[in-house]
Amino acid sequence: MCLAIPGKVLKVEGPADLPTGTVQFGGITKEVSLVYVPDAVPGEYVLVHVGFALSKIDEEEANRVFEYLREMEGLEGMMEELHAVRE
Amino acid sequence: MRFVNEYRDAAAVSEFAAAIRKITTRPWTLMELCGGQTHAIVKFGIDELLPPEITLVHGPGCPVCVTPLEMIDQAVQIAARPDVIFCSFGDMLRVPGSDSDLFGVKAKGGDIRIVYSPMDAVELAKANPGREVVFFAVGFETTAPANAMAVHQAKLAGIRNFSILVSHVLVPPAMSAILDSPDCLVQGFLAAGHVCTVMGFREYEPLAAKHRVPIVVTGFEPLDILQGVYMCLKQLEEGRFEVENQYSRSVRRDGNTRAQDLVATVFRIADRKWRGVGEIPMSGLTLADDYRPWDASVKFGLESYTVEEPKECIAGLVLQGQKKPFECPAFGEICTPDHPLGATMVSNEGACAAYYRYRRAGVAV
Repeated sequence: MCLAIPGKVLKVEGPADLPTGTVQFGGITKEVSLVYVPDAVPGEYVLVHVGFALSKIDEEEANRVFEYLREMEGLEGMMEELHAVRE
Repeated sequence: MRFVNEYRDAAAVSEFAAAIRKITTRPWTLMELCGGQTHAIVKFGIDELLPPEITLVHGPGCPVCVTPLEMIDQAVQIAARPDVIFCSFGDMLRVPGSDSDLFGVKAKGGDIRIVYSPMDAVELAKANPGREVVFFAVGFETTAPANAMAVHQAKLAGIRNFSILVSHVLVPPAMSAILDSPDCLVQGFLAAGHVCTVMGFREYEPLAAKHRVPIVVTGFEPLDILQGVYMCLKQLEEGRFEVENQYSRSVRRDGNTRAQDLVATVFRIADRKWRGVGEIPMSGLTLADDYRPWDASVKFGLESYTVEEPKECIAGLVLQGQKKPFECPAFGEICTPDHPLGATMVSNEGACAAYYRYRRAGVAV
């Protein structure tokens, strides 16, 4: 039930106290309330739950999981082992 | 889809799984709190990538599963009224009540509509001034801002034929109840990334300190979950118990304060019963006094309706991480998604339904 989907803001409209956005999810676009994320602008990604954007996705933070993977101790040796297995 | 597909990368998944194997020196039991995470873990077989020392138990974070029987019965009674249009998210319709589920009411002619957002129900109320439109407001902190806005807008616009049947629950009191139990097996938590998107994670910090338990706010894709497991295990192996944030692309420490402010205006914290678990003090939301005219329980005179829950199903123990679905004698026998005994078999996010759908019999879990 707490499923929330990331989508790209294409357009922002509506009154300042109740802004809405056209948000694209893959091939589908939907009207979404931006009342809780009023600073979202076209081109940014928001996380949407039951018709409401709940956060903006931070693009820098989005890469953290891959940076973390690269930084993990002893990863280099392990990658070599893995590659050896794959080859 | 961006921000989804890259977190399912098979090579990165095996690298994380290898890293987890490398740091694990002894048995640990972790609980993922959210039903969405349970679903992903079982669907993608994430638990099968973990070393045998690691046990993942599945938490109570499925609102469909924990909605008490008496709320389902109230929904059934309200939905059966000829003057009512009853609106709900689709997954509530098959949850068994004492005598019927909502699908049963619909089959007998009840006007039940599946909606995407509570705002759709407000629009229905505007379009049908001669009917009572009731929305079944079920959910955790993630869904509360949407439901709060629906009621708030109805109040501002003076829409009196709209009301919500509230069954809202909160994560931290459930975690406390699990940790306070003498039977608690959980040594570390993966907290629910979308709940924390709304609420932030400050309220988890005293829990981690009091119970000396690591809590890692975690997302929902395979890489998120594996990184969350890794971070949690690293804390356990190093003897730390902190709140860490794996899902930083969406979660900030303070959460979404605009959403929290409206939730605090429209709702107040109250005792709530959890299906299969019982009443947990101050573990849910009910409408604040200014919004009581929009409370369907009040409007239809069902406030004092209660019912005893049957004992044939071990869903309560599954929801607290004390039993696995396979340990129930009814699992897959008299209890299936077509004929569920308990709500954990109904919802897509329920642990029993996820095991039934994705697990071959005999796979060790």
